[in-house]
Amino acid sequence: MLSLPPVQKLLRQLPAGPAKPPVGGDTAEEVTSPVLATEAGQPACYSALQVDELRLLAGPKPAVATSTGPSLRHDDLKEMLDSNKDSLKLEAMKRIVAMIARGKNASDLFPAVVKNVACKNIEVKKLVYVYLVRYAEEQQDLALLSISTFQRGLKDPNQLIRASALRVLSSIRVPIIVPIMMLAIKEAASDMSPYVRKTAAHAIPKLYSLDSDQKDQLIEVIEKLLADKTTLVAGSVVMAFEEVCPERIDLIHKNYRKLCNLLIDVEEWGQVVIINMLTRYARTQFLSPNQNESLLEESAEKAFYGSEEEDTKEPKAEAASLAKRKPYVMDPDHRLLLRNTKPLLQSRNAAVVMAVAQLYFHLAPKAEVGVIAKALVRLLRSHSEVQYVVLQNVATMSIKRRGMFEPYLKSFYIRSTDPTQIKILKLEVLTNLANETNISTILREFQTYIRSMDKDFVAATIQAIGRCATNIGKVRDTCLNGLVQLLSNRDELVVAESVVVIKKLLQMQPAQHSEIIKHMAKLTDNIQVPMARASILWLIGEYCEHVPKIAPDVLRKMAKSFTNEEDIVKLQVINLAAKLYLTNSKQSKLLTQYVLNLAKYDQNYDIRDRARFIRQLIVPTEKSGALNKYAKKLFLAQKPAPILESSFKDRDHFQLGSLSHLLNAKAVGYQELPDWPDEAPDPSVRNVEVPEWTKCTSREKRKEKAEKPFYSDSDGESGPTESADSAVPHAEPESVSEESGSSSSSSSSSGSEEEEEEEEEGSGEQSEDKEEEEKRPKRKDKEGSRKAAMGSAGRYPLGKRGAPAEPLPALITPPPPQPIPSSSIISTSLVTDLEGLTLTDTSLTPALLSPAFGAVRTYELLHRMAGEGLSVEYCFSRRPFPGDPHMVAVHIQISNNTDAEVKSLRVSEPKLLSGMRIQEFPEIERLAPGDTANVVMGIDFCDSTQAANFQLCTHTRHFYVSIQPPVGELMAPVFMSENEFKKEQGKLTGMSEITEKLTLPEKCRSDHAIVQQVTSAANVGRVPCGADNEYRFAAKTMTSGSLVLITLEQREGAVAQLTVNSEKMVIGTMLVKDIIQALAQ
Amino acid sequence: MIHSLFLINAAGDIFLEKHWKSVVSRSVCDYFFEAQERASEAENVPPVIPTPHHYLLSVYRHKIFFVAVIQSEVPPLFVIEFLHRVVDTFQDYFGVCSEVMIKDNVVVVYEVLEEMLDNGFPLATESNILKELIKPPTILRTVVNTITGSTNVGDQLPTGQLSVVPWRRTGVKYTNNEAYFDVIEEIDAIIDKSGSTITAEIQGVIDACVKLTGMPDLTLSFMNPRLLDDVSFHPCVRFKRWESERILSFIPPDGNFRLLSYHVSAQNLVAIPVYVKHNISFRDSSSLGRFEITVGPKQTMGKTVEGVIVTSQMPKGVLNMTLTPSQGTHVFDPVTKLLSWDVGKINPQKLPSLKGSMSLQAGSSKPDENPTINLQFKIQQLAISGLKVNRLDMYGEKYKPFKGIKYMTKAGKFQVRT
Repeated sequence: MLSLPPVQKLLRQLPAGPAKPPVGGDTAEEVTSPVLATEAGQPACYSALQVDELRLLAGPKPAVATSTGPSLRHDDLKEMLDSNKDSLKLEAMKRIVAMIARGKNASDLFPAVVKNVACKNIEVKKLVYVYLVRYAEEQQDLALLSISTFQRGLKDPNQLIRASALRVLSSIRVPIIVPIMMLAIKEAASDMSPYVRKTAAHAIPKLYSLDSDQKDQLIEVIEKLLADKTTLVAGSVVMAFEEVCPERIDLIHKNYRKLCNLLIDVEEWGQVVIINMLTRYARTQFLSPNQNESLLEESAEKAFYGSEEEDTKEPKAEAASLAKRKPYVMDPDHRLLLRNTKPLLQSRNAAVVMAVAQLYFHLAPKAEVGVIAKALVRLLRSHSEVQYVVLQNVATMSIKRRGMFEPYLKSFYIRSTDPTQIKILKLEVLTNLANETNISTILREFQTYIRSMDKDFVAATIQAIGRCATNIGKVRDTCLNGLVQLLSNRDELVVAESVVVIKKLLQMQPAQHSEIIKHMAKLTDNIQVPMARASILWLIGEYCEHVPKIAPDVLRKMAKSFTNEEDIVKLQVINLAAKLYLTNSKQSKLLTQYVLNLAKYDQNYDIRDRARFIRQLIVPTEKSGALNKYAKKLFLAQKPAPILESSFKDRDHFQLGSLSHLLNAKAVGYQELPDWPDEAPDPSVRNVEVPEWTKCTSREKRKEKAEKPFYSDSDGESGPTESADSAVPHAEPESVSEESGSSSSSSSSSGSEEEEEEEEEGSGEQSEDKEEEEKRPKRKDKEGSRKAAMGSAGRYPLGKRGAPAEPLPALITPPPPQPIPSSSIISTSLVTDLEGLTLTDTSLTPALLSPAFGAVRTYELLHRMAGEGLSVEYCFSRRPFPGDPHMVAVHIQISNNTDAEVKSLRVSEPKLLSGMRIQEFPEIERLAPGDTANVVMGIDFCDSTQAANFQLCTHTRHFYVSIQPPVGELMAPVFMSENEFKKEQGKLTGMSEITEKLTLPEKCRSDHAIVQQVTSAANVGRVPCGADNEYRFAAKTMTSGSLVLITLEQREGAVAQLTVNSEKMVIGTMLVKDIIQALAQ
Repeated sequence: MIHSLFLINAAGDIFLEKHWKSVVSRSVCDYFFEAQERASEAENVPPVIPTPHHYLLSVYRHKIFFVAVIQSEVPPLFVIEFLHRVVDTFQDYFGVCSEVMIKDNVVVVYEVLEEMLDNGFPLATESNILKELIKPPTILRTVVNTITGSTNVGDQLPTGQLSVVPWRRTGVKYTNNEAYFDVIEEIDAIIDKSGSTITAEIQGVIDACVKLTGMPDLTLSFMNPRLLDDVSFHPCVRFKRWESERILSFIPPDGNFRLLSYHVSAQNLVAIPVYVKHNISFRDSSSLGRFEITVGPKQTMGKTVEGVIVTSQMPKGVLNMTLTPSQGTHVFDPVTKLLSWDVGKINPQKLPSLKGSMSLQAGSSKPDENPTINLQFKIQQLAISGLKVNRLDMYGEKYKPFKGIKYMTKAGKFQVRT
């Protein structure tokens, strides 16, 4: 056994991995696994997978076995992994993971590790996952062996296991499993659990990076998940959207408002992604809020001062101008975004604050941008890395909107303990903020900085002073004087930097400062920094007329040291020589010749070139061209003063807060921030299909939504933004208890609500029961009449709303027979009482309604031949079965076609599936020949279409009969408003939603026909609907009270789409089939 | 988003690597080392370094560089904030975040990192959830684990992520129910040569340690909430309540967390509790300089100032210092030129002082800058801004918790220019 090569060992151990007998034959199960089998089209892939597996397993000597070196080294680990003890395995895995963490190669252990993938110990399993994800890419074939474990996990009833299986499966970067991943993602995207759907959203970018050909399919999944209404999913799916299809901005339209409203409850990392995406979205969809600010001011002023005469004078002109540029009104959706993001400035997460800040900077009207300053300044207290990024962005903002940060000037003062890069950025901001009023404070502050020990910082300060001087004319002289003082500083770097800055400043007004130039000329003896020397030389050359005596002498000195100078200095020496030659050739002719000769043989070709060029230009010879005449003009032209400006200028064309902005270069995958459109695109694209909701998107309604608190939002909130996990905190214990057993905790909130409803109903019915019990003795007498009253008088008017055109007689087709005729006054009054009771309920909760209409179909229970003359038919009367709300009332009509009396007709020996119950009809004592009896029995079908089998007995015979309900009869209509319908439907998406396309036949296209067909197929109540090509119906299943929502949307022509939302998927599927059949008839 | 993470120690060794997508070779860190060499000090390494194919974003904490490798556009703060969150989590788990600790607990670290990111996108960053998934190692548990062979990985699945209050773990039980709140204020100030305040502001936080059973709903109200100029909340705080009533209403996470951080702006006059008298002079000719510092209390509202530490970075020219303190101990490091004086408590009757001489490099001219003095101090039982908690109420649970509030004022970035 031990001598077997590892893979063969593996072969033996793998199937036994899970160790429990029932799971033993898993490999066989996998073949028929629904993921692969039902969703046809994939078996090819699976077989490919199998082949791979087989080849691998059959292969006698895989590479691992032959590569002796490393495998020997890890033999002990392998042995530990092969052992039966979990503790040994764990120890081995820990050592392996430690190896991975250190970056050591552990890939040769792959076969030994991967077979532990089904290990029961959670920690071992997790570590195996870590290993698997790390090395699967390198060992693709072997990695496939683990796939089946995850596929099994995908179908686990526990949502958390499903999610983690999907997570690991999608992290295995093996191209061959792309189709499996695709299927798994699709399935998970319509999972009931929002957590699984979130994991599906996470898996999308993984698959996309593995195989970008899947893009189209993935976009479909993204589209579906974008419509998800839970906060858990929102952040992850927008992330997937940004990675896969950021250009498909059209997918956002319908979800825009929802995202805005959910934003505050999304987890912080998701918030960042959503805000950044919405910034881009808003830039394409709304108009610039700052476009005609000036106009507004203008008109306001006019209204204020303008006299009536003036108004009459130029009404036309005004009207014309108004028509031309109609005043800007912010799109309410634009406002919504701004309002809903603002509270997030208070987030503890710096990335969220920054995201909101950039959103305001790019989208808000000028007057409102200010709010972000405070939050950004707060971030300056954070870690230095955060400061670094924030300051970069503040620097960019402060150029555009200086006023915004001015109140916080002192927050940018520099401390000696700040890292240099932070100091320099703060300096940048301070310089940007400088204006005439605060410049004196800033300069005083700068003076302290100049004495700092950090020389880079001092140099930057000097630059900053230079910028302040150029920007603010008032302080130019002060600054210049200060800088000149620095020329006598002991630190050479400081002096050099000052020289460079002074040079720039002098260029602005050279005439007045020949003293300074002279002073600087003296510095050439001492200063060694090339840039400074070059600057001085340039200054002297440029303004040699102001210092006529000194200039030639400087050139003389420089000529002496020419060969030892740096290149930039040499170039400036040549320049100086040329300029002097042109202005003062007498003194400098020879010097110039000398310098040019030296330069001619310089090592640097730039310098040689320059020398050659200048010689040709300035020294007149016979050959010299026309340019010679202009040499003076060329060299001593008036040069524009340099503009000292911030390196952050114009950086705002990058989206702030982005990596590209920070680097001032486009990063991979950067999405350009679009310019505002000139014309606003159609805002109606964002209207969601809920007409009522869009109707009430008035300001107040939105406001209410926008200001909803962090998580206590579900009280009284009934918009479509309702999310499964936004339940009130008190719902928490419930979901906790649920998570242990069932996997349906996602619908905890809706579930609890429904339970409440049920309870109410139940109590209503109970009271009914009680009353009934009191009257029990009379019950038999009353029953018939009560039914009749109920059917016609009691509830009919309510139901009538749905189909007013429905003929009344249809309702009472099985004419309520009255075996023992009696209709006492008490009973009718009782009936009305009861009706009143239920009716009041309807105002509070979606109440069960009696069926409104629908031709009742009769079914045969016992044929005349089989029943030896006794024929029995039944139909579903669609009325509540008295005494038990969970039972379906079945009307049975028994006809005695024999010529003898049939005695003691009764039901006996019902054979029922567990949970099903039958309320037998009272025994019919005798039925005369040719006579017909009508009775009602109640059956609780337990929401299944399984037949109820029982025996129908007469005094002589037993007939085995069965009643099988059509799925449509397992429910009772429910009245609800359109809003409620939408809300409930929102909770029943994903797996609970079944959609089918169908073609409506000619005769079945009118409202009336459709409604009639649907209601005949199923016992449902119509829900009012704003759109005229859409029909909605709602019902509750009898036993569990689960909602069944039907939507039929008529597209153009005969095409229609039928959607059924129900927790009971079987019912949903069958119902779809039935309704389609009914409509096709 | 985040491709890989490398942890690099001060010596430039990569001692941990973790990849969330395909593996990025560790040679990518060479660019980082280059940048590190260029920067004179560790804190000057740029947090964002572009390389031909990747971008390196790093944070530097506890003498460790946390370098994240990313491949495409992502908000840099997103990554930086996340890295800090990683460090905080490690600190939370192991008490200290040091190279040794990480190496010792490498498996736990790896498991935690695995849970924190999925495909480079943050998954679980709340420490309450993480601790439920992976139990932090304690000595007791390590012993128990070695004996019983049980593990650190929680048997539970990440149920917290499904919860409506994702920051609180479920099924919390304590025999003693207690909730402690520490109001800690830090004074950031720059004092100029003459002793006048250039800028001063108060940054405050309320750190909480809540050990309450079940799902308590707390409200905390202040006597003077208007003081708070700018606030940022833990996600548990209901923003709307604050906006409308200035009351903090929240379901707390279990254990330690930062409830609130706030800012009291410079507009309100900030009381400066200490003053520093200093006389530091270098003479041009001699190689000796005079050094004298006295620290005294100013506006302390009658409380004692304790834990006073004075540090100062002396100019490079200073070779050594001969000083005598009236109390406390002092150290001068001739290599880094850092003077540190641990004063302790300030006795208003007898002010602590440090006097003596500095020996300067012979021959070199006098340094043209004076050192800045950094001050640390603590004042117990005082919130310098005057903020006061009014009351703390609990709803949703029946028991009576023990409640405690503590105030403290500390020096933040408190500098005196000389």
